[in-house]
Amino acid sequence: MTVKVLIPTPLQKFTSGEASVECDAENINALVEALEANFSGIKARLCDENGKLRRFLNFYVNEEDIRFLENQDTELSDGDEISIVPAVAGG
Amino acid sequence: MVQATLSTARSALKGLRCRECGETYDLAAKHVCEDVCFGPLEVDYDYDYIKQVVSRETIEAGPNSIWRYRAFLPVETDNVIDVGTGMTPLLQANRLAKRLGLKKLYIKNDAVNMPTLSFKDRVVSVALSRARELGFSTVSCASTGNLANSTAAIAAHAGLDCCVFIPSDLEAGKVLGTVVYNPTVMAVKGNYDQVNRLCSEVANSHGWGFVNINLRPYYSEGSKTLGYEVIEQLGWELPDHVVAPLASGSLFTKIHKGFNEFVKTGLVEEKPVRFSGAQAEGCSPISQAFKEGRDFITPVKPNTIAKSIAIGNPADGIYALEQARKTNGNIEDVTDAEIIEGIKLLAETEGIFTETAGGTTIAVLKKLVEAGKIGRDETTVAFITGNGLKTQESMAGATSAPLLIEPKLASFEQALEQSHSL
Repeated sequence: MTVKVLIPTPLQKFTSGEASVECDAENINALVEALEANFSGIKARLCDENGKLRRFLNFYVNEEDIRFLENQDTELSDGDEISIVPAVAGG
Repeated sequence: MVQATLSTARSALKGLRCRECGETYDLAAKHVCEDVCFGPLEVDYDYDYIKQVVSRETIEAGPNSIWRYRAFLPVETDNVIDVGTGMTPLLQANRLAKRLGLKKLYIKNDAVNMPTLSFKDRVVSVALSRARELGFSTVSCASTGNLANSTAAIAAHAGLDCCVFIPSDLEAGKVLGTVVYNPTVMAVKGNYDQVNRLCSEVANSHGWGFVNINLRPYYSEGSKTLGYEVIEQLGWELPDHVVAPLASGSLFTKIHKGFNEFVKTGLVEEKPVRFSGAQAEGCSPISQAFKEGRDFITPVKPNTIAKSIAIGNPADGIYALEQARKTNGNIEDVTDAEIIEGIKLLAETEGIFTETAGGTTIAVLKKLVEAGKIGRDETTVAFITGNGLKTQESMAGATSAPLLIEPKLASFEQALEQSHSL
C-alpha cells in the first residue's frame, strides 16, 4: 500500500525538509517502521520507550483520528493520506 | 512590529519547560516540546524572586484588574493590555446554597468579565500582551465562540490585525459578538476539534500569533488569575472545594496552579482544596475516563447544547483527570435538560444569567451535593465562566413568555390574576 504522510514542521528535519513523503505500509504500526527505515531516528520521536505512539501526537487517516478507528492497528489502503499533528492545542 | 517598552524590574520568567519531560526552551512563541516528546510547554518562574517583590499589600495597591497579579504572569515589559479584565464579583450565593443544602457557597462570576463577558478575556489579555512583546502584528485563535469574541475585541483595542476560526454552527450571539469588531472570521464546516487541528496546521505557516496554539503557554496562564482573585476575595484564604467546567481542562488546572503559587510565595496559608470538574454528557471524555478509572482520555465527537465546552479531544484532559483524583474531587456530567435547569436555577436564586457552560457547572454542583460528594460544611466556589445572553437559542421554550396586555388597568389586573393561578 502506498500512502502519503504529512510530516509536521518539528519532524521535517528527519525528512530533509519535506512536508510530505510516500511510504509503503499496511497499517499504522508498519508505517512507523517504514518511516524509520527511510528516516533514521524518527521512530524515537513518534513513539515512547514502549513503542506506543506518543500521547501528545495525533494521527489521522484521511481526516479521521485513528483513535476512532483501530489505533495503531488501523489498516491503510493505497492512496490514503496520513497526517501527524501535535495534540497540545486549543481550549 | 510593535515596539515593546522594556520593564525596569527584573522579570521572574526563566523560560519554557516541558510539563512531561522537563526539556527547556527559550521564551518564544512555541507550545509543544518539539525536540523530545511533544508534551505541552509551560512558563517557568523564579518563585524566590516573586516572593521577594510581592506581598498582599503590593497586590492590593495594584490596578483593579488581572494586572494586579502581574508578577505571576508571563510578560516581560510594562506595556500590557489592560482593558479592565478580571476582579469580577465573588458573590456569596446564600439562596442557591440554601436550595442545595450547603452552608457556604460562592459564585465567581465571570459572566460579567470585561470586555466580552467571559473568562476568556483573562487569557486573551495575557496572550495579546505577550504577542505584542514577541512582535506579532496578527493574532488568531481556534474558538468555540467566547475566545473569538475576546480575541477580536482586545485585538481591536490594541490595534492588532485579527483572524479567528470558529465552527460554522455557533450560536448567533457568539458570532455577532465576534464580527462586530470586524476581524477576519473563518466559519469552518466542522466541529471544534477539526477547527483546532486546522489551526495547528495554519499556525506553522502564516507567522501569526495563535493565542491557544503557539502562544498557549502564555495564554493559559491568564486563567490563574481566577484562583488569585478567589483567594484575595475570600480575605486571603483558600476555599475547601472548587467546581469548574471542563473543556480542554486548562482552566481547571490553572486555577489549581494559581492556588499553589500563592501558597508557594507565602501569600496564603496552605490547606487541601478539592477540585471537581463539570462536563456535558454529550461531550464528556474526561468524565468518562474518571468514572472508568482510566488514566488516558478517549476522544469523543461532541453532541451537546453546551457548545462552548464541546471539546472532544481535550489537550489538558489527562492533567484535569489527575488533579480531580489527587485532590479527592470528582468529575461528573449532566444532560442537556439538566444544563437548562442549571441555568434557570442560578438565574432564579442568584440573579445571574449564565450560558450553557455555567448551566453545566451548576447542574454538576447540584448533582455532587445530592450524591454527598460535596460536604454541607465545605466552603465551595463554583466558577461561572460565560454569559447567558450569548447562547439565547438554548433557552428556547424553557422560560415562560411575557404576559401580553392592553395598556389598561383591567387588562393588567386580569393578567395578574391569571398568572397567580398558573
